[in-house]
Amino acid sequence: MTTRLNINGQQKTVAADAGTPLLYVLRNDLALNGAKFGCGLGQCGACTVIVDGAPVFSCVTPVGALAGRAVRTVESLGTAERPGRLQAAFIKHQAAQCGYCIAGMLMRAQALLERNPHPDEQEIRAYMEANLCRCGTHHRILAAIQEVARGGRQ
Amino acid sequence: MSGIAVRWRRWLWVAGAAALAAIALYWWTRAAPIAPLAAPPPAPSAAVLAAGARVVALGDCMVCHTAQGGAAYAGGLGLKTPFGTIYSTNITPDPETGIGRWSLPAFTRALREGASRDGHLLYPAFPYIHYTRMTDADIALAYGYLMTRTPVKVQQPENDLPLPLKMRPMLAFWNTLYLRPGPDAPPSATPAARGRYLVATLGHCASCHSGLNLIGGERQPPFQGGEVDGWNAPTLTRLAHGPNPWTQQELADYLRGGVALAHGAAKGPMRPVTERLASVPRADVEAIASYLMTIQAPAAATAPVAAQATPAGSQGADLFAAACAGCHAQSAPMMALSGRPALARSSDLTSASAANFVQTVLGGIPWDRGSPVYMPPFAATLTDAQIGALADYLRQDAGQPDWRDVPGTSATLRKELQP
Repeated sequence: MTTRLNINGQQKTVAADAGTPLLYVLRNDLALNGAKFGCGLGQCGACTVIVDGAPVFSCVTPVGALAGRAVRTVESLGTAERPGRLQAAFIKHQAAQCGYCIAGMLMRAQALLERNPHPDEQEIRAYMEANLCRCGTHHRILAAIQEVARGGRQ
Repeated sequence: MSGIAVRWRRWLWVAGAAALAAIALYWWTRAAPIAPLAAPPPAPSAAVLAAGARVVALGDCMVCHTAQGGAAYAGGLGLKTPFGTIYSTNITPDPETGIGRWSLPAFTRALREGASRDGHLLYPAFPYIHYTRMTDADIALAYGYLMTRTPVKVQQPENDLPLPLKMRPMLAFWNTLYLRPGPDAPPSATPAARGRYLVATLGHCASCHSGLNLIGGERQPPFQGGEVDGWNAPTLTRLAHGPNPWTQQELADYLRGGVALAHGAAKGPMRPVTERLASVPRADVEAIASYLMTIQAPAAATAPVAAQATPAGSQGADLFAAACAGCHAQSAPMMALSGRPALARSSDLTSASAANFVQTVLGGIPWDRGSPVYMPPFAATLTDAQIGALADYLRQDAGQPDWRDVPGTSATLRKELQP
């Protein structure tokens, strides 16, 4: 069975059942390996991507639920050579330790900044609560997001 | 004169007479101001404080009198009623904005008659029609406890009500219909009698579980179920019936711990209630559960529901496989580890109302406040139509008839979600 998806602005047809979690299709079929498998239960946020402007856990998102909806992954934000604004801020603040959670963190933060370009610290903390970092770099992640929220000023 | 004009004139007379009667009633029954305290009351003993904490927890005072993220008991929570939004008051002992100058008689009158210290009538969102049955001893304990909370100086927002309802004298009329002031005889010491007292007075369970009529009075007979904040407050007289009957033990577990493994977790407006009950002695929730068991309606003869083959290959089945099965499939480790029953037995899925199922799918069950359970929100993941397909699939699996218009319910409830 095939399923059509709109990923990072491109139409993709994948050989996947409608009841397959989006994360598996991203990683196994489309080689978009930014989103990570953490818990598989929608608890940790490592698999976060953006669907129609809102962050979702791709591990519990059925591909069959995505007809006509736009999916964006961390690969849409920039490349290693040309990182996006948020990615550059994460690098500058050395927000990644092991890095496993970072793609999810970036996508949740991106969704927040698109909705509200200048969130204050409380708003950032509340919005980012769903995503966990086991290394404990939350403060660096927060600093990176705050820098972008302030328009690049320190 | 046309018939319509005559009818209008008649209505105007009736409305005018009713308004005059209400105002007359108000002057007749109005409460006089009670003198402010000159000095704070003496500090109660540790034993009184502990007993007061128990009364206040059983009375759920904090649930309404604390705003989200606000100071405890400082009020400001907007209670959305069908008539408008009423903001809870500050019941910390701040002298200017709280109850710091309230004497015990003033506090007692507020609970028994719904009148503030200065004499103005309180809105029945404050459940004085139930608190009026409290014993004098419990009122004094609650007073002692609240008067020793940290005072918070904060002026809460004005109520957002249409003009006629801003006229508090109208409440005197409502009170003649629904307020029967004064305590009952002290409850006897049996658990069921204690439970009846807790349900009828402090717990004010009927405020949500009876449903309200057009003028905000509780429907009779009580406990037939109601709706609050877009959630269904289940009928309490049929808990022992249906495909998955509750036992007294399960009810007590649910009330005190927020979760009954065989039925589900406390969610929505019930969750803060169970959080408060978590702090009271187990005997109190056992008493409530034992009383609830005495009010069960006689069992109606119901045909046993034949287990149906799970409809594979439907859209609902596909959505379940990816979105839900990781935790809720029979084979999921979480089911085996915590001994959970099939989703098809959960109270929300066997309910006649789709509201709690849809609310749970949309909003999940948040981690906050040390919840014993968690579920991620699916509002951004699933559309209203997809939640409808999922509901059809699960109801079929549970051997229940389809709910009507789940996508419509979902669209309505989605608007109420926090952004």
